[in-house]
Amino acid sequence: MAENLGHYNHKVVRQFAVMTIVWGIVGMAVGVLIAAQLAWPALNFDVPWLTYGRLRPLHTNAVIFAFGGSALFATSYFVVQRTCHARLCNDAVAAFTFWGWQLVILAAAITLPLGLTQGKEYAELEWPIDLLITAVWLAYTYVFFGTIAQRRIRHIYVANWFYGAFIITVALLHVVNSAAVPVGMFKSYSLYAGVQDAMVQWWYGHNAVGFFLTAGFLGMMYYFVPKQAERPIYSYRLSVVHFWALIFVYIWAGPHHLHYTALPDWAQSLGMVMSLILLAPSWGGMINGIMTLSGAWEKLRTDPVLRFLIVSLSFYGMSTFEGPMMSIKTVNALSHYTDWTIGHVHSGALGWVALVSIGTMYYLLPRLYGREIHSKPLIEAHFWIATLGIVLYITSMWVAGIMQGLMWRAVNPDGTLIYSFVESVQAMHPFYVIRLAGGVLFFTGMLIMAYNLWKTCVGAQPAAGPIPAPAGAL
Amino acid sequence: MGIGIVHGVWSLFILLAFAGIVAWAWSGKRRHFFEEAGRIPFLAEDEDRVNRADHDHE
Repeated sequence: MAENLGHYNHKVVRQFAVMTIVWGIVGMAVGVLIAAQLAWPALNFDVPWLTYGRLRPLHTNAVIFAFGGSALFATSYFVVQRTCHARLCNDAVAAFTFWGWQLVILAAAITLPLGLTQGKEYAELEWPIDLLITAVWLAYTYVFFGTIAQRRIRHIYVANWFYGAFIITVALLHVVNSAAVPVGMFKSYSLYAGVQDAMVQWWYGHNAVGFFLTAGFLGMMYYFVPKQAERPIYSYRLSVVHFWALIFVYIWAGPHHLHYTALPDWAQSLGMVMSLILLAPSWGGMINGIMTLSGAWEKLRTDPVLRFLIVSLSFYGMSTFEGPMMSIKTVNALSHYTDWTIGHVHSGALGWVALVSIGTMYYLLPRLYGREIHSKPLIEAHFWIATLGIVLYITSMWVAGIMQGLMWRAVNPDGTLIYSFVESVQAMHPFYVIRLAGGVLFFTGMLIMAYNLWKTCVGAQPAAGPIPAPAGAL
Repeated sequence: MGIGIVHGVWSLFILLAFAGIVAWAWSGKRRHFFEEAGRIPFLAEDEDRVNRADHDHE
């Protein structure tokens, strides 16, 4: 190379990538424990910090924001540099986002078991931590868009559009939903009251799914699927159209979390219709990713990393079909408050978010250390163990959820309930055990990955990653 | 002008904007541009050479 253009910032990518695996293991271990508690409640050992009510938010925060969040930071920093041919615009601020985010996670891991919570699902953390999140997120916004501003490729690649939408929307959602009146260091009250509070919460909640767990990971998909398949995305113009469709529609879907509540009926119906429309842009992304393999399907047989990525898209398609269906009010009347919802969430979280992140980490970490993967058979094993775990998890929750819904609504001819609530709880036991088995399998897969990547990277010098000279018309 | 009219006009505007995006993306003039854009991840060989062994079937 004639011109020395310096190197990419790999350090922060490496840090976040390693923590993705660490937090994945921690968050899923907590998930396994609380799944066991649901089957055998005595496993909380009568210790307040280990009760389900406190550990469940710890599990969700750890897997969504610590595992998923670290994966998004790592990959967005990697992708934005690679597709802009530019180093991150500010190393110090990028380092702040890493250490700041780890501090947020640590604070969550301490306060949630202590029972300190704002009581809003997926937004439990108290106000001082919310302020730290805001600071980290503003820094992240600056690093990401500052790097795009310094790009040396004129066109902004589609993955960056998805990452950018995720970053901007999460900032907006977090600030609006977490607005609160502090009454002490560890206690605050929401700025909103009654049904408005519920609507703001689920506007946040569903868009956390739509932008944190979807748009961000689609950004990941749009870079790593083409790279691993060694061919460009199936249709770039489809990516443009489904990006804007997703942006226009997702923000309206929240009310489907509040069917048959005090929320006005028209708002519920609007949420349902918008959720149904969402099927189209969601499947646009799935089709685009899977069809990238068109003409090269045999790669799936030999490349387990690609299999992780493509099967994640299949689960994405499945859960984004199931979601709109569950948002239909009459279906929701059966499914809401049952374990069907839990199964649906995990089909998205394990099947889509975790599998695409795992595939990406298998791509990323060996390259960041300039090594070849320690063991390809172990990736194969991980793939099958994880997939079997997901299937056990979601099928047991389908059966459990539909059974619960049917038991709760079953009435005698005189209008009294056939089943007491506790009878429906008892009926769940075998399915809770099967779900635990699924969770244990998925968790075992994570341990296999950690071992494989440890053997791959240990003792290796981090790869430098020189920035290439300008190329092409774009 | 009631809030209903404002919402209606805004919805119509969003719908037309989206139709505009679809027309823009599918116009034949931009076919070549989008093909180039899809190749951005492949402009540099970067670390891929290191991991050629991943693709030993080729």
